[in-house]
Amino acid sequence: MTVTDSDRIVVAEGVRKRFGGLEVLQGIDLTVRAGEVCCVIGPSGSGKSTFLRCLNHLEKIDGGRLSVNGQLVGYRQVGNRLHELPEREIVAQRREIGMVFQRFNLFPHLTALENVLEGPLHVKGEPRGSAVAEAHRLLERVGLADKADTYPGQLSGGQQQRVAIARALAMRPTVMLFDEPTSALDPELVGEVLDVMKGLAREGMTMIVVTHEIGFAREVATRLVFMDGGAVVEEGDPAAVLDDPQHERTRAFLSKVL
Amino acid sequence: MPTPAAPPTPRAAAPPRPEELTAVPVRHYGRWLGAVAVSLAAAALLWSLLTNPNLDIRLVLSYLTRDFVLKGLGITIVLTVVAMVIGVLGGVLLAVMRMSPNPVLRTVAWFYLWFFRGTPLLVQIIFWGFLGALYPRLFLEIPFTGVVLFDEPTSRVVTPFVAAVLGLALNEVAYAAEIIRGGMLSVDRGQTEAAQALGMRRIRILRRIVLPQAMRVIVPPMGNDTINMLKMTALVSVIGGSDLLTAVQNVYAQNFQVIPLLAVAVFWYLVLTSLLSLGQHHLEKRFGRGFGETAASRDGALSRLISTKERL
Ligand SMILES: Nc1ncnc2c1ncn2[C@@H]1O[C@H](COP(=O)(O)OP(=O)(O)O)[C@@H](O)[C@H]1O
Ligand SMILES: [Mg+2]
Repeated sequence: MTVTDSDRIVVAEGVRKRFGGLEVLQGIDLTVRAGEVCCVIGPSGSGKSTFLRCLNHLEKIDGGRLSVNGQLVGYRQVGNRLHELPEREIVAQRREIGMVFQRFNLFPHLTALENVLEGPLHVKGEPRGSAVAEAHRLLERVGLADKADTYPGQLSGGQQQRVAIARALAMRPTVMLFDEPTSALDPELVGEVLDVMKGLAREGMTMIVVTHEIGFAREVATRLVFMDGGAVVEEGDPAAVLDDPQHERTRAFLSKVL
Repeated sequence: MPTPAAPPTPRAAAPPRPEELTAVPVRHYGRWLGAVAVSLAAAALLWSLLTNPNLDIRLVLSYLTRDFVLKGLGITIVLTVVAMVIGVLGGVLLAVMRMSPNPVLRTVAWFYLWFFRGTPLLVQIIFWGFLGALYPRLFLEIPFTGVVLFDEPTSRVVTPFVAAVLGLALNEVAYAAEIIRGGMLSVDRGQTEAAQALGMRRIRILRRIVLPQAMRVIVPPMGNDTINMLKMTALVSVIGGSDLLTAVQNVYAQNFQVIPLLAVAVFWYLVLTSLLSLGQHHLEKRFGRGFGETAASRDGALSRLISTKERL
């Protein structure tokens, strides 16, 4: 499939994924356009993380088709057969996709600056001088200019997550994936991370955000997706979904989290 | 009947001000006694050694830097370094094989470990020394063409030195692999995923992300292994490996100065193991960066000299 409309960053059609006998994704359909902020909510175990991980081929899909930036994720279509891509091409696809994890996953043996530099220097092979300047600029953007030489172990959770965002941005991705970026944070540290994400959204970054922060979704999202049982149950304008949910399962979920 | 204490006068009752209090620690008389007794015993032992005519300190000193001793020392050092380098590189390979999704690689690695950890090192060394009895000639031929690239009697290729390296290194590969595998398993899976998400390839993730973090766990047991290796080089004396022990053995076989010459060997082994412990201490500090307190910043380097395991 070729996505002719270059505006469409993510196109998922009937995406299926199973772990052993458990079908975790049961046919996900979702399109995300450039500049959209798509928030995904849903109960624990509904397949939100798995779907994000399929987008950069951390998990292989078992059915349907999934493309990012107009390319099938992890496969090439020849006739009507799908050939799995060699590692060289899979990593090239991943470089276009930024990912931020619930548990930060900063590299603990590297300083904040070195974490941000890892991608540009050692994956993209950019010249050191400009990469360092850009890394400092990114740290400043997430409000951590003074922490460049600090190791992750000495940073608060909120600071670590902001470094992780800077690390992902350093690859200049076309889309950023956030998997519950504030769920591991103490309540008073949630705001500083959400503020950075709001800034990104304002600058037009395409974002898919799995979150339980309903307030953030209402304020920032251009679209809200409610997932349950491995399927998209309901999606649309955030205010509409939140204030007037059409499905019983959406109502039941919202009544618990609001 | 005890007389009741006189009621305190008002002035005496005024509580002392805090800074006038002194804390008196418990006196450990037992500890003092023990220390004195042990010191006396140690001094007596040292005295008996220094004055023992069979040890002859002056003779020991005169042997310390003799050519044959230094040459044996050099070979012991080379054996240790070469065996450890091969051991570590092979260990990384074997560890990766054991964790590979490929079942053939996993099985081969498992058999390697099973064989080399399951037989005494001494037996392996003797085996390599007598390889010629199993394969009298070593040759390499391009199949079906009859072109011979290489053809030599085994004894010319596998000299005692080569046999010693083979014995020590192939054994070390097995032990290093398990240490390295343990280190790699200690690194959180999220680290690999974060690196994958950045678009890093597997081999680079291993080199830049997983191994540097695994080193924190790998270095202390690997330091022990290096110190053990230095001592195990003495085993190659059974195949005439010309290491430090073999060198002094050859001389005391002729002049019967067994004890002074063994003392010379002991001296040099202690010097080398002390140096290795210092090196280990620095490596632990280097790879502990970003992890706060490390084992190295807590224990002295000396504690690692008193090695725990032997593998004979
Ligand atoms: N690697 C895995 N192996 C087996 N089961 C998994 C794996 N990852 C996730 N699952 C299962 O898939 C389901 C969906 O998980 P997940 O995508 O993490 O949900 P969510 O992020 O919405 O909480 C859960 O039942 C979970 O136990
Ligand atoms: Mg999840």
